[in-house]
Amino acid sequence: MNINLTLIGQSITFFVFVWFCMRFVWPPIVNALDARRKQIADGLAAADRGRHELEIAAKRATETLHDAKQKAAEIISQAEKRAAQLVDEAKADAKGEGERMILAAKAEIEQEAHRARELLRGEVAALVVAGAGKILRREVDAKAHADLLESIESEL
Amino acid sequence: MAAETLSSSDYIKHHLQNLTYGQKPDGTWGLAQTPAEAKEMGFWAINVDTMGFSIVLGLLFLFVFSRAAKRATAGEPGGLQNFVEWIVEFIDSSVRGSFSGRNALVAPLALTIFLWIFLMNLMDLVPVDWLPQLAMMIGAGVFGLDPHHVYFKVVPTTDPNATFGMSIAVFLLVLYYSFKMKGVGGFLGELTLQPFGKWGMPANLLLEGVNLIAKPVSLALRLFGNMYAGEMIFILIAIMFSGGAVLAVTGGVLQWAWAVFHILIITLQAFIFMTLTIVYLDMAHQEHH
Repeated sequence: MNINLTLIGQSITFFVFVWFCMRFVWPPIVNALDARRKQIADGLAAADRGRHELEIAAKRATETLHDAKQKAAEIISQAEKRAAQLVDEAKADAKGEGERMILAAKAEIEQEAHRARELLRGEVAALVVAGAGKILRREVDAKAHADLLESIESEL
Repeated sequence: MAAETLSSSDYIKHHLQNLTYGQKPDGTWGLAQTPAEAKEMGFWAINVDTMGFSIVLGLLFLFVFSRAAKRATAGEPGGLQNFVEWIVEFIDSSVRGSFSGRNALVAPLALTIFLWIFLMNLMDLVPVDWLPQLAMMIGAGVFGLDPHHVYFKVVPTTDPNATFGMSIAVFLLVLYYSFKMKGVGGFLGELTLQPFGKWGMPANLLLEGVNLIAKPVSLALRLFGNMYAGEMIFILIAIMFSGGAVLAVTGGVLQWAWAVFHILIITLQAFIFMTLTIVYLDMAHQEHH
């Protein structure tokens, strides 16, 4: 337990060890720790960002889906409306056409009837004239009795 | 396992004597053969066992840690790196907690102190006779010395030279940073102008001087005292081994119990030395007005 040169030797050894530790041991380890801490922080931040982006994307997806549904519904309703419109139009067209055809047929019938009447009247007039001539036994001068004939004819 | 030819007192004394190398009275250089001879060698002698063990243990610590440091990556750490990082983070948080200034020296200093002292203290857990017996055998077999005159102390921190050597080194750092941070005037002012103002200068100097000197002395004596006492108890327990079967078994149980308790002490003492060093350096960095 004598105090001797060991005291100084120990101090020098101590300084050498501390210097070595400060130069070669401490900095690489602390740097590695700091680098890892930074990596972990970056990773967590990236994960956070990813989650955030996922949320936004999900929101956008639902919005798009909603829009698409709305648009589809609109299109369907429009199409239904248009179809109804078309049906109405077709109905109206058909009705019009039918009425027109009916009118045309009526007009034709009228015309036919009119023509038949005219024909009959002519024939009846000729028959009347022939009959009158036979009754009178003489020829009726068509020229002389034109007025008479015409008045008979118009009466028929 | 006390040697049969030695009395208990001789056995204890033998265990408490360092292996000292120095100049003998007849002028030749060599290892001291008796405690008295070692004392006569005076200051210019060296305790071979203290220096040897402390240097080997320090190199062991630096070797393991520099290996880990060289391979340190920010990626997934391996087993050794994990262990080293655990210790480094522990030291780092201690330094952050106690040291408010900015100094790249303090944390590596604290790491070196903690692990070096811990390893030196750890030698205390090696059964007290193993290494000295081995040294006796080597001394007698290889160097032809009288085995009873080969002294060997395994725990460097039970040698006041080692603890004072470290505390003086810390003290020099405290003085250096006190002068550097506070300036010569600031540091001297701190020593002389408080607590009683400039008219109480002698009293101030006395109080502050004692305060300053007490730092390295208490630092060294605390560690030395604890380890010396622990070593002494191990030696006393070891004496029981030669006292018959009952005492030997009791001694074995006691040695085990004391060793378990000692694990706490060696760690605690290393931690206290480290923490106080950080605190003293922190005080050296602070400017009082």
